[in-house]
Amino acid sequence: MPSVCFYFQVHQPMRLRHYTVFDNDQRYFDDYKNAAICRKVANKCYLPANRLLLKLIEKHRGRFRISYSLTGILLEQLQMYSPEVLSTFHALAQTGCVEFLAETYYHSLSFLYSRHEFVEQVKKHADTIEDLFGQRPKVFRNTELIYNNELALLVEAMGCFDAVITEGADHILGYRSPNFVYRPKGCKHLKLLLKNYSLSDDIAFRFSNRHWVEWPLTASKFSQWVNAVNGNGHVVNLFMDYETLGEHQWEDTGIFEFMRHLPEEVLKHPDNNFKTPSEVAASYEPIGEVDVRHMISWADTERDLSAWLGNPMQSNAIHELYRLEKQIKRANDEQILSDWRRLQVSDHFYYMCTKYFSDGDVHKYFNPYDSPYDSYINYMNVLDHLQRRCAGSSIQAVPRPSRADVSSMSVAN
Amino acid sequence: MGRNEEGEHIRVFMLGWEFPPFISGGLGTACYGLTRAMDQLGVKVTFVLPKTVESEYVTHVKLLSPRSCKTPGSHRSTDCDLTNVIFKTISSPLQAYATPESYNERLEESLRLRAEMGENQTGDDLDRGGDYGGDMYREIRRYATMAVRLARSEQFDVVHAHDWMTYPAGVAVAAVTGKPLVVHVHSTEFDRSGEHVNQVVYDIEREGMERAHKVITVSHYTRSIVISRYGISPEKVEVVYNGVERNGSWSVGEASIKREEKLVLFLGRITMQKGPEYFLHAAKKVLDVMDNVKFVMAGSGDLMYRSVELAAQLGIGHKVLFTGFLRGDDVRKIYQMADLYVMPSVSEPFGIAPLEALDNDVPVIISKQSGVSEVLRHALKVDFWDVNEMANKIVAVLRYPPLQMTLRNHGNFEVRKLRWKDAARQCASIYEQLLVPA
Repeated sequence: MPSVCFYFQVHQPMRLRHYTVFDNDQRYFDDYKNAAICRKVANKCYLPANRLLLKLIEKHRGRFRISYSLTGILLEQLQMYSPEVLSTFHALAQTGCVEFLAETYYHSLSFLYSRHEFVEQVKKHADTIEDLFGQRPKVFRNTELIYNNELALLVEAMGCFDAVITEGADHILGYRSPNFVYRPKGCKHLKLLLKNYSLSDDIAFRFSNRHWVEWPLTASKFSQWVNAVNGNGHVVNLFMDYETLGEHQWEDTGIFEFMRHLPEEVLKHPDNNFKTPSEVAASYEPIGEVDVRHMISWADTERDLSAWLGNPMQSNAIHELYRLEKQIKRANDEQILSDWRRLQVSDHFYYMCTKYFSDGDVHKYFNPYDSPYDSYINYMNVLDHLQRRCAGSSIQAVPRPSRADVSSMSVAN
Repeated sequence: MGRNEEGEHIRVFMLGWEFPPFISGGLGTACYGLTRAMDQLGVKVTFVLPKTVESEYVTHVKLLSPRSCKTPGSHRSTDCDLTNVIFKTISSPLQAYATPESYNERLEESLRLRAEMGENQTGDDLDRGGDYGGDMYREIRRYATMAVRLARSEQFDVVHAHDWMTYPAGVAVAAVTGKPLVVHVHSTEFDRSGEHVNQVVYDIEREGMERAHKVITVSHYTRSIVISRYGISPEKVEVVYNGVERNGSWSVGEASIKREEKLVLFLGRITMQKGPEYFLHAAKKVLDVMDNVKFVMAGSGDLMYRSVELAAQLGIGHKVLFTGFLRGDDVRKIYQMADLYVMPSVSEPFGIAPLEALDNDVPVIISKQSGVSEVLRHALKVDFWDVNEMANKIVAVLRYPPLQMTLRNHGNFEVRKLRWKDAARQCASIYEQLLVPA
């Protein structure tokens, strides 16, 4: 009876331009690079994947169902640089077989630093999704699947969600399986959907790995693994970055062929079906309670927050950012607010990660900077400028902080 | 490791340079670090170096002055930890980093000194290899003759020469004894002189590299210069990175008093190669946005006076301090005071100084035109000509303690992985390859 539940994360950060302490304009973002990357990913992934999935949905007449979480910051960029992608998402929405999930508009870590800002961003995102696709999200996923009991309680208290999604991390489940619906500790109605990271990562990470014993992975082989859940699970949650299709796994790995055949292979077994997260939540009752006291995420092997907040630079940058909240909101300037929020995108902090920097590992692929240090310096220069804009002080051609400014800075740090 | 085909420890005839602290620059440091590590590997080293008669100091390895023995000095060191190394000195005024011009000045000075001391100009040691008057090139050839003479009474498997002035000696010794030659490129004429290459020096370098069986470079950066500028075939050129001698403390959070004034350090020879003017131009830009900073230029060199003038000309004379050449304890002291070390080199084959800075818990900004930027990840990197970016990064390090802290902690850790032991192992394995009978 396992239901296969696909959720694709679709996100592109808005990258900063090279901004030095001597720069003094309000153009913080690298429009050229952002446009180029957006168009590149659109051509390699978003467009071909959307067309393929649309075709599959039509072919299977309602039996193939999927869900997306599109960040606000991505939607803004698609509108500017690749509007054709938006229209294909719109077409997907029209099928009735596609669900759109809720998240923070700016793909931010605001839950950790400002509950007020968090709630505002979730609302802004839900409004945007409703405007664009005509459905109000019913299931929430937090940035990078960051989660703990408190998040679940807050999401339930917001009153508009049926379920929340997170990583099926071993250390929160113990012997239990991610292939059931659970109840977050302390919640009364909200349900919890957990990512089956093993099967998800078979597609997202291992698919093209020729040293993997299961390589090459075919749709029929994968379906056997899904079938094996029959009898000891209700749902197989396959959660992954949408860029898996065509960008992380290039077209020549056969990833699109795999997806093309997956629905029919899964549906060959009469007990199998596809469901969206809302449908999963509606179909299955929680079989137990999951207690998550410490923050978890879907990142790296640690499944913790260290990719964003693991070193003093990251923690300093994000604290300085949220320290500005009151000041920013008092300024009552749409552009300032928007710039501040765009600086909340979690990727900015990910670029500052030194965890795997020495090994030059996976993080590098996604990083527009030569080093985490360059990323921090750039970010702090922008933040410093934003702060001075916000303070309303007239900024001279060459910013020259007074002695008092400099000493107060060193005390603050 | 480090055995010849008979299974005995390899014996190296090494043509090197005076060890620190009596030498400025990385060449002596590298010779010391490498030789010490080889000693620990069990490689037998006969370490040959030029030494002036009127050296006013005695080094910690107790070198015998050539005047005290009839043949070039020979002494097995006893009071230091080098058990497999024999030092041999050849009386010669050659000095690392000398240029033909500085050589002449120095020679005149030493002849004058000797005249004052009432020394017999035709003394014992001089008629052996001829007088070391004349120009530097002649002296380099004379040094080669002396080295050959010395080599005849030595047993060794391989000849290893460090930087261009010893290449002719290496070539000659290898030719006479039939032993394989390794030349070790710590810098090239292109690094030292930019595009104003001294043709004679270039020719000496190229001949040494061509005649060598293996060329060791201290970085890929230098390897590509050796291949592209000297036409050496790539399969003959291998990279062996320098190490760093750990002597820094392991203390992480220093308890020094928060000084109001920040200190940015330039430490090295003040020559064209080291990019002093880029440091000063960046300093000017930093001072445009920050007040409480001082810039220290520690070192001496032919651009020193011009740098003093430039600082004045930029209107930052009161913010830039020149200390002259520092050694020993003073170096440690200046590192303790520094908030940041900047190496703006125009062309730096390796660059040991930034490693020493990190070892002393000082974060570093290094030029991308350096070998050390290949091995350091936890350092800020800039193009030497990009003074805007250099200033941007200096300001960031001074303003944001978390940046300084992260750079320092990771950098200090990273430096520990660069060990002379590994460099010595690589050299030993290069010797072994050369000794395999063809």
